[in-house]
Amino acid sequence: MGMTITEKILAAHAGVKEVSPGELINVQLDLVLANDITGPLAIKEFRKIGIDKVFDKDKVVLIPDHFAPAKDIPSAQQCLEIKEFSREQGLTHYYEVGRNGIEHCFLPEQGLVVPGDVVIGADSHTCTYGGLGAFATGVGSTDLAVGMATGEIWFRVPESIKFILKGKPRNPWVTGKDYILAIIGKIGVDGAQYKAMEFTGEAIRDLSMDGRLTMANMAIEAGAKNGIIEPDEKTLAYVKERAKKPWKFYTSDSDASYCQVIEIDVTNLEPQIAFPHLPSNTRPVSQATQVKIDQAVIGSCTNGRWEDLVVAAEIIKGKKIHPEVRAIVIPGTQEIYLKAVKEGLVEIFVNAGAVVSTPTCGPCLGGYMGILAKGEKAISTTNRNFVGRMGHPESEVYLSSPAIAAASAILGRIGSPEEVA
Amino acid sequence: MAGNKVSGQVWKVGHDVDTDLIIAARYLNRSDAEFLAQHCLEDLIPNLPERVKAGDILVAGKNFGCGSSREHAPIALKAAGFSCVIAESFARIFYRNAINIGLPIIVAPEVSKTVQEGSKLTVDPVSGEIKDLTTGTVFQGEPFPPFMLEILEKGGLIPYVREKVKNRG
Repeated sequence: MGMTITEKILAAHAGVKEVSPGELINVQLDLVLANDITGPLAIKEFRKIGIDKVFDKDKVVLIPDHFAPAKDIPSAQQCLEIKEFSREQGLTHYYEVGRNGIEHCFLPEQGLVVPGDVVIGADSHTCTYGGLGAFATGVGSTDLAVGMATGEIWFRVPESIKFILKGKPRNPWVTGKDYILAIIGKIGVDGAQYKAMEFTGEAIRDLSMDGRLTMANMAIEAGAKNGIIEPDEKTLAYVKERAKKPWKFYTSDSDASYCQVIEIDVTNLEPQIAFPHLPSNTRPVSQATQVKIDQAVIGSCTNGRWEDLVVAAEIIKGKKIHPEVRAIVIPGTQEIYLKAVKEGLVEIFVNAGAVVSTPTCGPCLGGYMGILAKGEKAISTTNRNFVGRMGHPESEVYLSSPAIAAASAILGRIGSPEEVA
Repeated sequence: MAGNKVSGQVWKVGHDVDTDLIIAARYLNRSDAEFLAQHCLEDLIPNLPERVKAGDILVAGKNFGCGSSREHAPIALKAAGFSCVIAESFARIFYRNAINIGLPIIVAPEVSKTVQEGSKLTVDPVSGEIKDLTTGTVFQGEPFPPFMLEILEKGGLIPYVREKVKNRG
């Protein structure tokens, strides 16, 4: 019996020829990651293990990005804790504010994670790196502490669901974000519970790397252990410019076994909106045009990449943000930020009346830099629309692609780029 | 702690209770358990921390703990006084986190459909046996794999790994 890409990567890192779903295995880690929220707890647990040094100072990454630049004194304290730990341990990969970005935008961009890697991160959106053809999954701080100390973690090998995306979308504004929202809408927020989501088919091959990273990023919103896309020539072009270490391309065997195969024809897919309060509560944008908004957020580990800003700028250029709307644009990394300055995107956003923020997770999780008041509504390119996610428990978040968020910022209500004359 | 029976009154919540609801991100600028406990489930059950009694049991629908990987969520529940969480199903990161920090959790699909809010339950986290003392009904939760049971019996992943590290010399 053949193996899936997920099974092959796990087998290689468990030092065995093959693995099958349900098996409990011990896996060697290529990279472990934490941030200013999960890092301090992980460090506290690490200290209890009885090992002084991390397993490999080149394989532990700590990034202050959630409440950084620090939003208040307790947050500053948390940022300081991961900084001091990085110094104490001599970590190669600690990145200070001003030289970093949102972790899941930053790591692939800097070539710190490559195809074939096994990565754990104390952040649920660690699954982003599946877009490169790596096995990556989110864990809590205690698992991360043990990973830092030993370089290993136990996993139950997940069953895989294969999603075959066929066709080419007729609507030019349909993106990877719309594919993944449509999938979550179809299978539900626990539709891939404990499983691997493998995305394949013509529509995936046609997707840019930024679009693929967006799709893998939201695998967790369907409850998945990981999302993954087989690497190809686009992956190679992306990785060879950046990789800081050797990579390996794994692909699924033609006789690999899947617990489910789901085919989706994207030809007539419309841009998708996830209504409050679950990412699975999706509707096509044409059914959302009555929703007035107070804020539009374009950014996050889901949609803060270069291509996301380019599409938003294209729509916003020469227009004005609706008088009753705050538009907040957050480039995912310093590199993207600088490029946005150089290529005139920042000028387009500022001229339109939008705010351009330093890279931060900020508003996505209701941290800061765009918190909603009671009763306010936001359209957001982020990944979750749970109760109170972006602020007051009685506020509302509608999830969309950057194109829809940009158009909505101008319209003052949810709408499509076609409506922005 | 784990391995011993726990008993307490039932608090019920629905499906897809996410970790933002268990502990909102506005409190994640701190990680001390007592502070987190004060804000546990506050957007879902007002004033819960003042009303919950040590040993109480949380009974949930499916996909409990979905969303963020924040370990602050099981820490808040445990520090608030909950001795155990029983759900139809758990989101995977929450499931690992709860076991790792020594908060007993049990998958038992029938419990949330049958047991009433305020009922008194006795739970054996290791065997998975759940008894509703109000009605006398007995439920059997899904058993843990032996290796996970060992983690629970040691009181969490850190004591488990610490022992392995020590034995390795």
